[in-house]
Amino acid sequence: MDGDVGHQNLSISELENLSNDCRKHIVRMIHKAGAGHPGGSLSAIDIIVALYGTRLRFDRNNPDWSDRDRFVMSKGHASPAVYSILHEMGFLSESDLSTFRTLGSVCQGHVDMKWTDGVDFSAGSLGMGLSFGLGCAIAARMDSSSRETWVMVGDGELQEGQVWEAMMAANFHEVSGLKMIVDRNRIQNDDFVNVQMEVGDVASKISSFGWNVKEIDGHDMSEIVGALKWASEQDSAPSAIVAHTTKGKGISFMEDNPSFHGKAPSDEELSLALEELS
Amino acid sequence: MSAPSAGGASRDGYGSALLKLSSDHRVVVLEADLGKSTKSCLFRAEFPERTVSLGIAEQNMMLVAAGMASSGKIPFASTFAIFTERAFEQVRNGIARPGLPVHICGSHGGIHTGTDGSSAQSIEDLAIYRTIPGLTVITPSDDISAEELTIQLLDHGNASYTRTARNKTPRMYDTESVKELKIGKGSILKEGDDVAIIACGVMVSEAMEAASTLADSGVDACVIDMHTIKPLDTELLDEIRMKCEGIVTAEDHSVIGGLGSAVAEYMSSAGGFPVQMVGVDDRFGESGSSSDLMESLGLTRDEIVKRARELLNSR
Repeated sequence: MDGDVGHQNLSISELENLSNDCRKHIVRMIHKAGAGHPGGSLSAIDIIVALYGTRLRFDRNNPDWSDRDRFVMSKGHASPAVYSILHEMGFLSESDLSTFRTLGSVCQGHVDMKWTDGVDFSAGSLGMGLSFGLGCAIAARMDSSSRETWVMVGDGELQEGQVWEAMMAANFHEVSGLKMIVDRNRIQNDDFVNVQMEVGDVASKISSFGWNVKEIDGHDMSEIVGALKWASEQDSAPSAIVAHTTKGKGISFMEDNPSFHGKAPSDEELSLALEELS
Repeated sequence: MSAPSAGGASRDGYGSALLKLSSDHRVVVLEADLGKSTKSCLFRAEFPERTVSLGIAEQNMMLVAAGMASSGKIPFASTFAIFTERAFEQVRNGIARPGLPVHICGSHGGIHTGTDGSSAQSIEDLAIYRTIPGLTVITPSDDISAEELTIQLLDHGNASYTRTARNKTPRMYDTESVKELKIGKGSILKEGDDVAIIACGVMVSEAMEAASTLADSGVDACVIDMHTIKPLDTELLDEIRMKCEGIVTAEDHSVIGGLGSAVAEYMSSAGGFPVQMVGVDDRFGESGSSSDLMESLGLTRDEIVKRARELLNSR
């Protein structure tokens, strides 16, 4: 292993505190930019924090370390969640975060591996990340490496057929190094998922594709950490965690509110949000 | 036009190139149920552990290739040209945008593919891929050049799209002359000062035949195999502009957006120059033999000759 490697084994309370800090970064970034996606960032952040805080092996001094674990953020619009944890892990500075969505920024609107150290995938078009992660995981197996590939997808994203192509292929090729987390926050761009096109019993559908599946409360840090460990230990098939989450989690007026899928908080809303997070 | 037994299909060159590249263990091959057609099956037979079958799911294949490229592999992914188009956005957003060295091969390109009919005849692939920043676009004229250009992709760095053809065409190169080929540099097959015929893919042999016909009437035509559509060899175009009266382009592709467009775009920006395009007019193909289709849609040596004469007469 190279230098300063992740996999930090933070405690549950440390992870919860880190999540809270990240939530503050998320709303501040989006407020400053005047644009962005708070809802899906806030639903995903507890899981992302747990992933970086307990599982991922990375080297902040060598972001391109070839044997690092991969985190593929397929729901790339929730980029503030990724930038907030990359800041906390030492990849991005506070001033980097403040440039989110501005010309030349390392914090592009959607996560982009070409622009940001620590980002493993160029997202923005839903449905592609699981396939990319599958490629990473197959390459790892060819290299006889135990590095893991973690992919986060949204539940609305499951409407994209390519995700199911990737699930079928991962099962057929028995790619156990591939781990998928579904952020089941029940809201997509226009409205609730069950209004737009319900994706149904996600866990049983994924299970029917031959994957190991576990369902959890995606905001219960102990459950998240346990599920990530469980997924990491599965070596018979690819594994999925269906995390039931709340869009906008942690900020009362954003919770379960479709209008905060892709809207920046006003000055007043930012103050209220930071008050709730303090 | 009948398929000569002495020739080779460019898809065969792709297949043999993969075998020659196999000594580099970064090379991996991805298939979408058409390996027997694109000829990646040759690699699969020897190196099944480095071949990934993704089934009839081209969008997934493109991103699996991207993920492998991001992990240090050099993926060669193939299917029919037309089915790569189904994954156009995956190529754009998942491969080219992050700058991952994935090499896509679309076989059975153009109406030359024949009897399968219009659903299988990609006549727009070169146009759409040419619009993607940083993507190299290649269409070789025979099996020998297809092999050489594919081998050169190993150290190319950028993502690429190579169109190959299903059917045999006369060989334009031999094992010696092919060594002169270089991605991004047009290949002068015949020198000439009156008119330049710039062709690609299966139309290169037609261009040579057209030059021969023109020579009978005293017209000295230069023939160029422009195997790389992007980046376009503009230095060579500048040379042509200095010595010839005009250009006839020839391609088994829509006249909208392909080689002819690329040449005309450059010539327009360079101050203007007569360009005549031989290609598929704004229409779909249909079932038929290669030769019947080429004749019916005007992809012939006679059409090239006619356009060259028109161009010279109008000067």
